[in-house]
Amino acid sequence: MNAASAPSKLYSDDVSLIVVLLDANPFFWASSAAAAGDSASSHHPTTTLPFSKLLNHVIPLLNSLLLLNQFNQVVLVATGVNSCGYIYDSGDGGGGSAGGSVPAICSEILRRLEEFVVKDRLQGKGPDKVVATGVSSLLSGSLSLALCYIQRVFRSRARHPQPRILCLQGSPDGPEQYVAVMNAIFSAQRSMIPIDSCVMGVQHSAFLQQASYITGGVYLKPQQLDGLFQYLSAVFATDLQSRNFLQLPKPAGVDFRASCFCHKKTIDMGYVCSVCLSIFCKHHKKCSTCGLVLIYANKFHSYSNSKRKPFKYDFCFFFYKPH
Amino acid sequence: MAAISKVAKYKTTVKEPGIPGVLKMMEDVFTFTPHDPRSAMKLRVDFRNIKGHKFSKDGSKQALLNLTQDSEKGGGYIFEFSNFTERNDCRDFVGKVLGKFQALVSKQNDQPASEKSAVSLEQLSTIEMERRMKLLREDSELQKLHKELVIGNVLTESEFWATRKNLLDDDSDRTLKQRTGFKSAMLADIRPSTDGRTNKVTFSLTPEIIHQIFAEKPAVHRAFLNFVPSKMTEKDFWTKYCRAEYLHRTKNSVAAAAEAAEDEELAVFLKHDDILADEARRKIRRVDPTLDMEADLGDDYIHLPDHGILRDGSKETADSENDLARRTLAQDVNRHAAVVLEGRALDIELGDTRAVAEALARSKQESSADTLDENSNLERQERVSRMTEIEDLQAPHSLPYAPLCIKDPREYFDSQQVNALKALGSTGAGSKTIDYNLNTEEAYSYLMHQISEVKAQGLHNPIVQSEVACKVLSGLTQQISSTRYHLGKNPQESVLDRLPERTKDEIMLHWTSIQELLRHFWSSYPITTSYLYNKVLRLKSAMTDIYQKLKAIKDVQSDFRHQISLLVQPMLQALDAAFAHYDAEEHKHSKKNGAKPNGFVQ
Repeated sequence: MNAASAPSKLYSDDVSLIVVLLDANPFFWASSAAAAGDSASSHHPTTTLPFSKLLNHVIPLLNSLLLLNQFNQVVLVATGVNSCGYIYDSGDGGGGSAGGSVPAICSEILRRLEEFVVKDRLQGKGPDKVVATGVSSLLSGSLSLALCYIQRVFRSRARHPQPRILCLQGSPDGPEQYVAVMNAIFSAQRSMIPIDSCVMGVQHSAFLQQASYITGGVYLKPQQLDGLFQYLSAVFATDLQSRNFLQLPKPAGVDFRASCFCHKKTIDMGYVCSVCLSIFCKHHKKCSTCGLVLIYANKFHSYSNSKRKPFKYDFCFFFYKPH
Repeated sequence: MAAISKVAKYKTTVKEPGIPGVLKMMEDVFTFTPHDPRSAMKLRVDFRNIKGHKFSKDGSKQALLNLTQDSEKGGGYIFEFSNFTERNDCRDFVGKVLGKFQALVSKQNDQPASEKSAVSLEQLSTIEMERRMKLLREDSELQKLHKELVIGNVLTESEFWATRKNLLDDDSDRTLKQRTGFKSAMLADIRPSTDGRTNKVTFSLTPEIIHQIFAEKPAVHRAFLNFVPSKMTEKDFWTKYCRAEYLHRTKNSVAAAAEAAEDEELAVFLKHDDILADEARRKIRRVDPTLDMEADLGDDYIHLPDHGILRDGSKETADSENDLARRTLAQDVNRHAAVVLEGRALDIELGDTRAVAEALARSKQESSADTLDENSNLERQERVSRMTEIEDLQAPHSLPYAPLCIKDPREYFDSQQVNALKALGSTGAGSKTIDYNLNTEEAYSYLMHQISEVKAQGLHNPIVQSEVACKVLSGLTQQISSTRYHLGKNPQESVLDRLPERTKDEIMLHWTSIQELLRHFWSSYPITTSYLYNKVLRLKSAMTDIYQKLKAIKDVQSDFRHQISLLVQPMLQALDAAFAHYDAEEHKHSKKNGAKPNGFVQ
């Protein structure tokens, strides 16, 4: 055809928008470093990874994602304990010559990360601080940031890239975020954004297992953390188009357990409000979400063991008994 | 029943070519005489030895009929016919003969077994018999069950059918067949074919397509009624129509205009369809005034892949200067959808085009008479008036948001915050390996230190260490290959499919008979008559037989032993429950009746 139709030849199939969520939980990294220090001489050198090493794996990954296609866009979001924030956006630098070089990207990421950590610490110190809200990172917050960013990209251009989210998670799940995380997962599912997850902590993450399962992403818990870059580039760098032809790791099972709304505990079996589907670990006289007063205590339907049902509705709770 | 004879080939297995000859069927015997008098394959078989018959589906490769002997011994007489109608004649004949035999056998068996002659000697009408036979013919599983239970003298014919009344009833209703509607494929799919060498373009019209054209394009329909056969022949009419279609398709508006100017009949096809336009206007007037399409606009899927259409008509500029119609794709799609939804109201055969056109016209008149109903108009007006907003009667519209309805926010958030903290305190401290008892300051300074370390040292070079990378890749490969063929991960895969064919059939057959027997068994309680008592006795002995067989299947050593026992276990349990009930009843009874020897007297 002619020159006018040239732009339409940029098939968006090849172009990816990758939002990387980096776990910047100081408690996790410091304590895992301490644990590693204790057993430094022992035979477990690969179970933990210092944060500096992590950056050494992640920053090259961002660069290689950008190298895979010149239209690829990479966004880095830090997940803190008190806040979340955008660290780096490859779309921002734009055409400037300084924006392209690798050391510049690296130093910018590090600078912004430092700023983020300082800010995160200040927020924790604020007057209305809650005593150690816990040690889990705000996964729900960073997922929401990523989803919002992707929605903005969708709305800003006619031809949108293939979006996906990559969670690099170390700290354990915060059961108190259950509802928020599940909502984020379902909205990602609705917009067809796969959530890939790479868990670097000691335990598996039930949230991320569900997230990847529901959205069709890849869940992986690497065994050799010192070879993290290899995992990242072999498994998570593949774009959605190529995934059709590749055999990627599949989890052996998914932990579908939900958290109860009353104590934020992860439970196998519980009570579900018949009106608003809130989940509770024990009998209540009144549903705390919708205020339904229960004349008969058994109006809460007890569900158990309805495992591995396909997710048919936008928001479902499935109770899963591991054995 | 008269005898029939057909030319057929006799074979002992399906694959062999077979011996040509003549198959003759009489009331109680069938014979086969080969064309070649030297052949030894002469047959004369009594129908009493035939236990069932199978046949290949109509339209399959061969027209086969297999008259089976005892299922245990296997084997049978296979005949191949030259066509399906001959095969079907023989099949129906065999079906009738076999049905008669079965009825006879079961009747003979019934008489001594049951004292209540009214039940077993129930006179069956021939229609009823035929219906039963037809059901048995159509459903091979039912036939197997029938063979095992009725001919095996466990249930009587009437008992067997008593629970299947619905099948028999349904059958009569089924004759009222569902009418086929219009195809959902669009007319646009009927592409003209060119032969490539000449400039000839061929359209092929079937009565089906013609009917669809009439329904979708009222102008063509009207033209047909006006022109054919007074002005032109039907063939000329369709040639003209196809010509117009072709011009429209090639988007050659200049040529179309020229043709239309010359030929006024052809112009009819190219002009706007005024009947359609009228109808559309009428429909728009009927649209519910509460419909707000803009409200749905935000809910777009357009940004998702595979949504939306490539040609939405927005880029197709309308040629306003000539009055030839520029039908847009959207119009076509909508019109087609409307016609498909309206359905086909004609009961007329599609062969005669003229008749179809007239019938369609009649049905349209009727329906348009319906739509002019005053009531609907009134109702519409009422709705409009109800929906019309009168400004000074309205509540203020400035509600900025819909508040989230949590009945008592404090209860929801505060109490739970405390709970959450408590829960965290207990679980977090005891968390297995990582100790979080770290000072906040320490933790943050550690993180800052790590970042500045990277800043100072820069990135490692090389990033990939070959040894580690190799380990990682081989680990990944192993993981992927191990999860790939994991058993039971595929929900579509059934356990039964993995068993050997024979075992699978056996288990399925036992399962169906157990279901049937148990249904009869439990429905016989409480035992009030000696007839029921005898029935239960019969059922119990049949169930004991199956129980032994199931045990035998379960104990066979094979690779699938575990899976088979998982399948068989529930069946055994169901039977056990029945036996236990039987024993308990028996016990109770003997206690009650004390010394009475043979238990059951009314």
